[in-house]
Amino acid sequence: MRGVSLSFLLLAGMSLSGAPARADTAGGVPSTMTRLDNGDLVYHHICAACHMADGKGARGAGAKYPALAGDPKLAIAAYPTMMVLNGHGGMPWFAGILTDRQIADVVTYIRSHLGNRWMDPVTPEQVREMRQPITLEE
Amino acid sequence: MTGESGFQAQTRRQLLTKIGILAGSAGLYQAMTSMGHAMGTDFKGPPKLSGAKPGTRVVVLGAGLAGLLAAYELRQAGYAVRLLEFQNRAGGRNISLRGGDTVTELGGATQTVGFSPGNYINPGPWRIPYHHQGLLYYCRKFGVALEPFIQLNHNAWLHSSQAYGGRRLRYREFAADFSGYTAELLTKAINQHRLDDIVTPEERAHVLSSVATWANLDDDGVWRAGARSSQHRGYDKARGAGMDGAPTFSTPAPRAEVMASGLAQWLAFPEQLDMQTTMFQPVGGMDNIGKGFARQVRDLITLGCMVTAIHQDEHGVKILYDDVAHGGAARVEEADYCVCTIPLPVLSQLDVQVSDRMKAAIAAVPYASSVKLGMEFKRRFWEEDDQIYGGISFTDQPIGQIAYPSHGTFSPGPAVLLGGYMFGPAAMDFTTMSPAQRIEEGLRQGQALHPDYRQEFRNGVAVAWSRMPWTLGCCSMWSEQARKTHYKTLVAMENRLVLAGEHASYVGCWQEGAILSSLAAVEQVHKRAQGAG
Ligand SMILES: Cc1cc2nc3c(=O)[nH]c(=O)nc-3n(C[C@H](O)[C@H](O)[C@H](O)COP(=O)(O)OP(=O)(O)OC[C@H]3O[C@@H](n4cnc5c(N)ncnc54)[C@H](O)[C@@H]3O)c2cc1C
Repeated sequence: MRGVSLSFLLLAGMSLSGAPARADTAGGVPSTMTRLDNGDLVYHHICAACHMADGKGARGAGAKYPALAGDPKLAIAAYPTMMVLNGHGGMPWFAGILTDRQIADVVTYIRSHLGNRWMDPVTPEQVREMRQPITLEE
Repeated sequence: MTGESGFQAQTRRQLLTKIGILAGSAGLYQAMTSMGHAMGTDFKGPPKLSGAKPGTRVVVLGAGLAGLLAAYELRQAGYAVRLLEFQNRAGGRNISLRGGDTVTELGGATQTVGFSPGNYINPGPWRIPYHHQGLLYYCRKFGVALEPFIQLNHNAWLHSSQAYGGRRLRYREFAADFSGYTAELLTKAINQHRLDDIVTPEERAHVLSSVATWANLDDDGVWRAGARSSQHRGYDKARGAGMDGAPTFSTPAPRAEVMASGLAQWLAFPEQLDMQTTMFQPVGGMDNIGKGFARQVRDLITLGCMVTAIHQDEHGVKILYDDVAHGGAARVEEADYCVCTIPLPVLSQLDVQVSDRMKAAIAAVPYASSVKLGMEFKRRFWEEDDQIYGGISFTDQPIGQIAYPSHGTFSPGPAVLLGGYMFGPAAMDFTTMSPAQRIEEGLRQGQALHPDYRQEFRNGVAVAWSRMPWTLGCCSMWSEQARKTHYKTLVAMENRLVLAGEHASYVGCWQEGAILSSLAAVEQVHKRAQGAG
């Protein structure tokens, strides 16, 4: 959970870019971000923005953020790994934003928490093998 | 002067005045463009559509700028138009928040804006480049008053927790030192003949004199404390009058510190074409554009329609929607053609009858995450104490920046600034917080730029775009791969349906993208309707 205070976490100058350079970007440069070095932190600082802290998702205008809590599709680890790497539909890609280790950590986390009980961990090597080229347009 | 043809050659100005009189300002604009005076996006003027078959119906989905403009131009062309919108307001992402407004986000949090009368924040779009000529054209046409938006302020702050001991400094101090040392280095290298194999002797003289003038170096090519450097970076004691009128010069920061600071990234920002002066904002709030557009098509809009499906066959389109005001009762709207401007994160989840290729295109463009903090303070302390009138201070902290209002300068009483504007992971992180936590973080981080921030604070509103039910994000994020594979499919009319919206353009994340995509869609509908007889 978000247990650690943000001020403490604001150490790392991870170079994270999220916005199209041509768009109305905030400052044109990524700001420093919290160091997210386990699956719990990645989930609660990134994924929970849409899937919510309890993993139950939300309903919008005829569309939703799917629940991860109790999602049978998480049984095959490759599925959430591909989703996090490449995105699909409303889900943005995180290749180029999260490291192999962070993706492995967070996929392992959502498969074993939020009411899910798939305990076999995903490794950074498995993530690396699934990476495809995806680059934000300049 | 008489030209070869025997006619008196008109001066360019006379010619332009004539065209202006005959064709109105739009004609003048087009003439200027073709004569190489003006430059904009790919806006070629309003569409000239004629000969619509009477009674041909077009249904437009989504009342953002793309949908509103499509409805306007299609009606102008003679079509029978209906516009269905999910929210109980038109304008879409073109929105402003004022005291008493409420924002309810996914997850359930509701904020009531506490600003005093007259104050507002633009939580979505807030600035318009001068070259977004499509949007500017329709603002003029629909009577939306614009005023300058101050983007670059030499007296705003720059702050990095990694540089200058975490101390804020003025944009001008850093910008002057950076150009000063850059020019000095170049001058030294040339004078010491280190660049002889790169620059010709003739060019050397030009470079030396240009960079010295540009950076305001001393005559010996050095950047040091003195009159010249203070003219750019400011004085320690300003120029005055009387016995103590003499100024005290300021001292440049050490070169190594300037170069290692990383602050130069913020000098690059206002140099991008999209951020260059002059920028504009509507007087009184960005939503005056949405209101101006909506006034033109008010009678065509039905609010509270949550579209769930788009079906089509050779006879027409069928739109299925839930009537929000009537307990979500299922309804159907039929038409001959459909222009759909629903944001892709939503549209990708609806039941849409299109080819697999089109489905893949719709699913290939997610929306970015963004958060904006609107914060009201008791007084304009940034003006009164810091002499900052509009513009933006930057920080390497997650809030990214603090932007000061371009309007209302010198007015007494409470005022609203943009206390943070985040994209990407920093935005997602802020989104995971409660609205109150977001504002609290904004205050905490903002103190690095304004130490008295907290005691001047009144209230704030934090808008997280990933939690807006009707966009599920801020704006389109195209990958190079998706652009190559899917763009042309996404923007081509398929059977009776054509998509519009900022995502269906190369000007994504700008209102201009909504405008241009809308015009492209309208033209396709018209062509198709003509062809179909
Ligand atoms: C934080 C932020 C900053 C920005 N800064 C700028 C800026 O400075 N300058 C600039 O020019 N642009 C800026 N933009 C971009 C600009 O806001 C958009 O490009 C533009 O407003 C998009 O217009 P649109 O018509 O394509 O989409 P929208 O305005 O999103 O319209 C889509 C409409 O569809 C409706 N809808 C959604 N789902 C359904 C459904 N199921 N049924 C029926 N209706 C539905 C929505 O309610 C909405 O009204 C910014 C955007 C954001 C979020």
